[in-house]
Amino acid sequence: MAISDQSAPPSLAARPARSASQGVPGIYWALGVVLLFMPAFASDFVLFSIFGWAFILGMIALSLMFLAGYGGMVSLVQMTVAGVAGYMTAILGSSAIDTISVGWPWWLAVPAAIAIAVLFGTLSGALAVRTEGIYTIMITLAIATAFFYFARQNYTVFNGFSGFNQVLPPEFWGINWRNPTAFYYLSLGCAVLAYCLVLYVSRSPFGLALQGVRDNARRMSALGFNVTAHRIAAYAFASLIAAVAGVLLVWQTNSISPGAVSVGPAIDILIIAVVGGLAHPIGPFIGAIIFVLLRTFALDALVAIGLPGERFQLLIGLGFLVIVFWSPDGVLGLWKRWRSGSGRTDPLTGKAREPGDG
Amino acid sequence: MADSVAARLSASGTGNALELNGVSRLFGALAALSDVSMTVRPGERRAVLGSNGAGKTTLFNCITGDFLPSTGTIRLFGEDVTVFPAHERIRRGLRRTYQISLLFGGLSVLDNVYLASRGVSRGRFSLLRPRRDDALVHAAESLIEAVHLTDASHSPVSELSYGQQRQLEIALALAGAPRFILFDEPAAGLSPTERRDLIDILTNLPEHIGYIIIEHDMDVALRVAESVTMMHNGRIFKEGRPEEIEEDPEVQELYLGGGHG
Repeated sequence: MAISDQSAPPSLAARPARSASQGVPGIYWALGVVLLFMPAFASDFVLFSIFGWAFILGMIALSLMFLAGYGGMVSLVQMTVAGVAGYMTAILGSSAIDTISVGWPWWLAVPAAIAIAVLFGTLSGALAVRTEGIYTIMITLAIATAFFYFARQNYTVFNGFSGFNQVLPPEFWGINWRNPTAFYYLSLGCAVLAYCLVLYVSRSPFGLALQGVRDNARRMSALGFNVTAHRIAAYAFASLIAAVAGVLLVWQTNSISPGAVSVGPAIDILIIAVVGGLAHPIGPFIGAIIFVLLRTFALDALVAIGLPGERFQLLIGLGFLVIVFWSPDGVLGLWKRWRSGSGRTDPLTGKAREPGDG
Repeated sequence: MADSVAARLSASGTGNALELNGVSRLFGALAALSDVSMTVRPGERRAVLGSNGAGKTTLFNCITGDFLPSTGTIRLFGEDVTVFPAHERIRRGLRRTYQISLLFGGLSVLDNVYLASRGVSRGRFSLLRPRRDDALVHAAESLIEAVHLTDASHSPVSELSYGQQRQLEIALALAGAPRFILFDEPAAGLSPTERRDLIDILTNLPEHIGYIIIEHDMDVALRVAESVTMMHNGRIFKEGRPEEIEEDPEVQELYLGGGHG
């Protein structure tokens, strides 16, 4: 099972290939069916503002999970990479600020925006990979903060404090992608694609080598790997996922302003990834849905029990504190422990059973 | 200038596996290595002996490029690699093992050996998963068999016993097409059986593969090496054939505790 794989990673493709239906556990089928038919019973608000937003945040957190979980590099610049893609979509495409926006068609503006964001993320990575641990966090935080202040103070390109509004999703294939159902499927499709891509790449030579760098960088160079180049390439790969999410984000909110790339959202991405769990690419999406639900309903929940609604941030903070306190490896860790605690352990060794034989 | 070019060409023509010339390494005021010169022929098997702090592991670290020597030059198969990063030297056929196993604890045994084979071949950045008939996967599997780890090949390395980790350490150094290997105390902590296996592996290596082995156990060292370098306080103290070294009175005094290390 995909989640319990962490305790006993399947080795390479050398194992007898399982057919696609056998390899995917039942819970994923159920989840897939629910997500696919969600528009049949969920409201536009749930589709667009809950799931649409969660898929986007989940993708940005996924790019962090790739760097942190497989590469051991905690980057706080992922939200900024997404923000750069969002800004570039607004600047190169069209917005209400027509004195700045170039007005390129979406099929030109979006690839260009993604390319610029990937370049930005890769350059940030090139700076950050020369440091380790807490210094990586500091240098990526510095880059994120610098971009925030730059965007807020620059009026000629970034339109300063107010940013860009009316950045609308395009219409193509006869579909108006502003429509909640259409946007739901668009963000779902991108999120599933990004998830599968990360899962696939994690077992490729590039992904394995990245995990090798995480476990022991010195040994990796003693095996012939250029560790620095590998780390920078990981940033480029992660930036691609964050950039696609950034384009979706600007379409979802129809606007982008410095507030979207400030320190707060950068930390939110870290919280989402850590709360969900960094051990598997599903973690960031679990974290994102919890985050979005808390963000959306914490205020109502407080009012319902007679407390002042403006304390909703406190409830969010407490929620995350509880999760991280109980399970340092996030919700994924809780899930794993619950599974191993519910009769699925081997009676002899006490370890969780091998995937597939339980 | 002309004769220095000629000197360089003739030096590369000698075809020594390894040539150290006046290599020193300072850590602050401490000279961990001072003025070490050493020549190892291709296929030569040499043991480096010496007490703790004699500079043996520092010597290995300079040769692999874990850090650069303070002075001196290092040639690998005739090529001056003194300032090369470690991965460039490895790609030229150098390998090493570590005294304290440096493995990838989060990955399986097969993944570890596969990475070692991948590191010295093309496609290090490949995003495509290896196919089932991938040549490197097969190479990794046969290496794992050679070090008796087949049963554990899908286990995470963090679950291996100490002896198994030492064996995996050897497998990583044998991956790819090694030409010269540095073994840093491979027998340390092994059981007598594992020790015999190790001696078998070393003596059965193809003839063209030379190595330097750091070993405290004289019995192991003298059985797998045809020449011995004795180090003391960061300097080369004696060089010679195993019997000569074993019978050398100065060495005996040093090794048997006559003079305090």
